Amino acid sequence: MGRPLLTVTVMALTTKSASKPASDKRTSGKRTSGKPAPEPTRPKRYPPSLPALLWRSTVGKKTVLAVTGLIMVGYLVAHLVGNIKIFFGAEEFNSYGHWLRTLGGPVLHYEWALWMIRVVLVAAVVLHGVTAYQLSRRDIAARPVAYVHKRRRASYATRTMRWGGVILGLFVVWHILDLTTLTVNENARTGHPYENTVATFSTWYGNTIYITAMLALGLHLRHGFWSAVQTLGAASPARERALRVVTDTSALVLTGGFISIPVAVMTGVVN
Amino acid sequence: MKVTLRVWRQPGPDATGEMVSYEVEDATPEMSFLEVLDTLNERLILTGDEPVAFDHDCREGICGACGVVINGQAHGPERTTACQLHMRSFADGDVIDVEPWRAAAFPVVKDLVVDRSAFDRIIGAGGYITAPTGSAPDAHATPVPKPAAETAFEHAECIGCGACVAACPNGSAMLFTAAKVVHLGALPQGAPERESRVLDMIGRMDDEGFGGCTNTGECAVACPKGIPLQAISSLNREFLRAARKSA
Repeated sequence: MGRPLLTVTVMALTTKSASKPASDKRTSGKRTSGKPAPEPTRPKRYPPSLPALLWRSTVGKKTVLAVTGLIMVGYLVAHLVGNIKIFFGAEEFNSYGHWLRTLGGPVLHYEWALWMIRVVLVAAVVLHGVTAYQLSRRDIAARPVAYVHKRRRASYATRTMRWGGVILGLFVVWHILDLTTLTVNENARTGHPYENTVATFSTWYGNTIYITAMLALGLHLRHGFWSAVQTLGAASPARERALRVVTDTSALVLTGGFISIPVAVMTGVVN
Repeated sequence: MKVTLRVWRQPGPDATGEMVSYEVEDATPEMSFLEVLDTLNERLILTGDEPVAFDHDCREGICGACGVVINGQAHGPERTTACQLHMRSFADGDVIDVEPWRAAAFPVVKDLVVDRSAFDRIIGAGGYITAPTGSAPDAHATPVPKPAAETAFEHAECIGCGACVAACPNGSAMLFTAAKVVHLGALPQGAPERESRVLDMIGRMDDEGFGGCTNTGECAVACPKGIPLQAISSLNREFLRAARKSA
């Protein structure tokens, strides 16, 4: 009678002691002295819902990172096409700015469409930043001890994704304060985007911040666009070459296109 | 030829380690890298010192037991396993740094030996087919298209050495997991468990503390068996497909 009871107690004790501290040890890079690693804790609902499944997995989080990145690339293309109108004079550029506010009318009220776009963009930026931060934390923790023999790994664009992303995030804040809310733009007037843009690019710091950020954007896209397609599983050996060409071209066109505007103001082409 | 080995020495899992320099004067260009470690160990044993612990088995590049980071590169400068790396890849007088695989999921056991059982647990989570297959089937009993057979074989070449994890700046096991998922996914035998396999293996991979993929491509460069980087894209595609279907 006593023996089976004892066995049960011992088993219960061993399972309890084996399951908890082992996982902490493993993340700190130490060996779990002979004990078998714990079974993964199963999610409460199995299979979990699609958002839960994506958010819990590194591959799923990368998917969120990729999709939000591509949304922002799509926005940048539209943004560049709009910005290029500055080369056709103040009237065309300012009337384009006004049209953006009346977009979707008369069904949509003044600026409604613009606010919808802004909500999507803010969601994309926040999700992109949060997933990048969480994945980076995890990636750094997965290599707790560095190699003594240092060797340069991966390309410059790949290695600068994290800090390049931080630079772009800070730039977006400045860019909105400068040309949307006009908070930091001296001599700015609401409803005159052409004149405000010229005012920004007439200062040395405006040009420096903008051009630095656009170079960071080019680098970020050079790895990011290709990487997003890879993450979404759309890459294949047959498409690899075309994908590289599209990535490099879009990075160059977007960077060059955006930089052309401060250069035009500096050289007097736009004034 | 004479080489200086700077080897990571760590007496046990919880002990602190350091790089220790040893001079090996009687190395020859045709020696394999592991033979140089053997030569060093013979001397260490004779002088009463503790020999350098390192993993090895077949020494013909097919088992995946050996693996050390040599001068910052997994398996060293040639695209092969450490046992098939020969001293002709080095010059006389070289200083060679030898370190264990570095990853949170691969804790150091001793010196250059790491515990790679995390890989076994990833395979255990779904890297197999459950259908009882008996003895080897008759040829063409189950028709497999030629391109599918080629894909399966290319990815089945993975020997689980862990060089991909060691080379990845994030200590990610994506290439290893991808190799098995693509291998079994290409074959009709692997089809019934297609969704559960990829979800369970990736879940286990994350639980083991491996990092995520940032598409640096370091893994595929280090892989002695040439598992292509595209395998990771295929793994992502399989994961998203399975997530859509099962959620």
